[in-house]
Amino acid sequence: MEPILSVQDLSVTFDVHPQGAWPWTKPQKLHAVNGISFDLAPGECLGVVGESGSGKSTLARAIVGTVPSSHGRIVFEGHDLAAMSTNARRVHRKDVQMIFQDPLAALNPRMNVGDIIAEPLITHEPKTPRKEVRKRVQALMERVGLLPNLINRYPHEFSGGQCQRIGIARALILKPKLLICDEPVSALDVSVQAQVVNLLRELQRDMGLSMIFIAHDLSVVKHVSDKVMVMYLGRTMEMAASKVLTATPRHPYSQALIASVPIPDPVLERARRRPVLEGELPSPLRPPSGCVFRTRCPKAQDVCAKERPPMIDAGDGHWVACPFQQVQQVLEPAR
Amino acid sequence: MTLLQTKDLTVTFQTADGPVNAVNGVDFSIDTGETLAIVGESGSGKSQTAFAIMGLLARNGHATGQALFDGQDLLSMSTKSLNKIRAREIAMIFQDPMTSLNPYIRISDQMAEVMTLHRGISKREAISQSVRMLDAVRIPDAKARITSYPHEFSGGMRQRIMIAMALLCEPRLLIADEPTTALDVTVQAQIMQVLADIRRDFGTAIILITHDLGIVADACDRTLVLYGGQIMEEGPTDDVFARPSHPYTSGLLRAVPRLDRDDEELLTIAGEPPDMSRLPAGCPFSPRCAAVMPQCADIKPALTGFDGNRRRSCHLPVNEVA
Repeated sequence: MEPILSVQDLSVTFDVHPQGAWPWTKPQKLHAVNGISFDLAPGECLGVVGESGSGKSTLARAIVGTVPSSHGRIVFEGHDLAAMSTNARRVHRKDVQMIFQDPLAALNPRMNVGDIIAEPLITHEPKTPRKEVRKRVQALMERVGLLPNLINRYPHEFSGGQCQRIGIARALILKPKLLICDEPVSALDVSVQAQVVNLLRELQRDMGLSMIFIAHDLSVVKHVSDKVMVMYLGRTMEMAASKVLTATPRHPYSQALIASVPIPDPVLERARRRPVLEGELPSPLRPPSGCVFRTRCPKAQDVCAKERPPMIDAGDGHWVACPFQQVQQVLEPAR
Repeated sequence: MTLLQTKDLTVTFQTADGPVNAVNGVDFSIDTGETLAIVGESGSGKSQTAFAIMGLLARNGHATGQALFDGQDLLSMSTKSLNKIRAREIAMIFQDPMTSLNPYIRISDQMAEVMTLHRGISKREAISQSVRMLDAVRIPDAKARITSYPHEFSGGMRQRIMIAMALLCEPRLLIADEPTTALDVTVQAQIMQVLADIRRDFGTAIILITHDLGIVADACDRTLVLYGGQIMEEGPTDDVFARPSHPYTSGLLRAVPRLDRDDEELLTIAGEPPDMSRLPAGCPFSPRCAAVMPQCADIKPALTGFDGNRRRSCHLPVNEVA
């Protein structure tokens, strides 16, 4: 099947002025996203995981178009969005919607819920009659689990979980084809997080949505997504079907990431092998040469510093950017 | 030996809408060298419990009941005598390490202050001990970096500095309030490792306050589950996780997606976290409880012991908790 979204060798670069530098010094280049490629099939959900600073949010913004890309193509339904002018892009914008991390900050405190949810519809389809708008807003509120009679309330009157539902309703009012969720549940309590995760999955199934789900919590990502991409310092380390990735990770970074995720089971947890990853993310302004992960990698060799490792096809859509890739199970207790 | 024991600890805040109880009659104790987890969602009162013990409540807050540390009641103590116990005997680390460190003062000066104040040693001696403590929490090149300012460190490093600072006077109790919530998982694993080392090397008792059931499983001997400012259940971590005795605990455990399982759908707890100013007269969890019974809304279930070393407060018999 033709992919709905095909990202090809996408890079996003920011100009950064070093602290205390003269105003006329040349800015440094920060490669927040560096040569990312993936395809997303219609109705599929791609999970993107990585630590803070891995470039996952910048990737989302580049696809939505709030951040300009510096290189590569973003092909959405056959049109390259990256090459389009802002005006031409506006037509496609209603098909790609986004949900944000902080549910309260994402809503205008001076607008009531009905106006917040209706705003995209009024912007993109200004000829819709008022009555029809209200009807669609109420129907959607019910669909995302909000009482329609709360339509005149303001964001501060809602809890975090309810605000996130409002954000979801606003993103869905235009019936988008692609929904990008940037850390949609990380600000929510555990019990509420499960409600929102279930709602998103249900909506995705019912509306045939394609989804990009970004989060730092691998357990949530695995639960929601069909396939998962692991990012580190702006590059893809590994990509595979979500169950394959968690059961048989091949890249040393994915293995370390999985090993770091705690599992709420004391017996299993104590028996687990725990290779704690040393050090921290290097500065994205001065990324290591060759493989960006090599400074923290337990398997690093001399060649890793020389050139950027190519993506190796491990079969069944499992791609790894490591020449020393090898399956290592890190979930199972050590024997 | 019991190190800290709270008796009927209640925290009341005076708000514009009248008094609100954030913590409602909490009884628990921790032994020397033990690790206790206090688990709860937002509004459960887990942080306010810690603040009450440390005497750090906001100005409109007031704690009643008792918090006995070594037999002395921390709540009725004067600020002067409390200051002798804080940092020297009980230390606390917070969720956000950046706002807990003074951005204008070098790490060396911030750390030395603790020791010159509480132990009366010279600044030079204090700094050399601080360097040793930074080594213990695995800050690379501690001797050179101690003169840096907080912003020169990453989030994980700052949290290590906070831990090192808290340990300077070798306290017998460390209260860690969501110490890893703001950090990435790989850094979280490093910090939890540091806490485990501290416990082994110094025999410090730790109260770990968190909403993350995952880190509790590995790190804590006993687990206390709070909801709406009240204890839902308490017991050895293994038992609480393997056989939860309260519908809230079992609901929480099933709402967490697990990396080692392929669940199709997460089981949710209906509703939202409680509004503390409008709690039901009975069990605070009753409006969201799947196994709710007619008496739950009106009659508060008593916290009763069972199985020798466990406690629970629920009207439902233990063997009927799903």
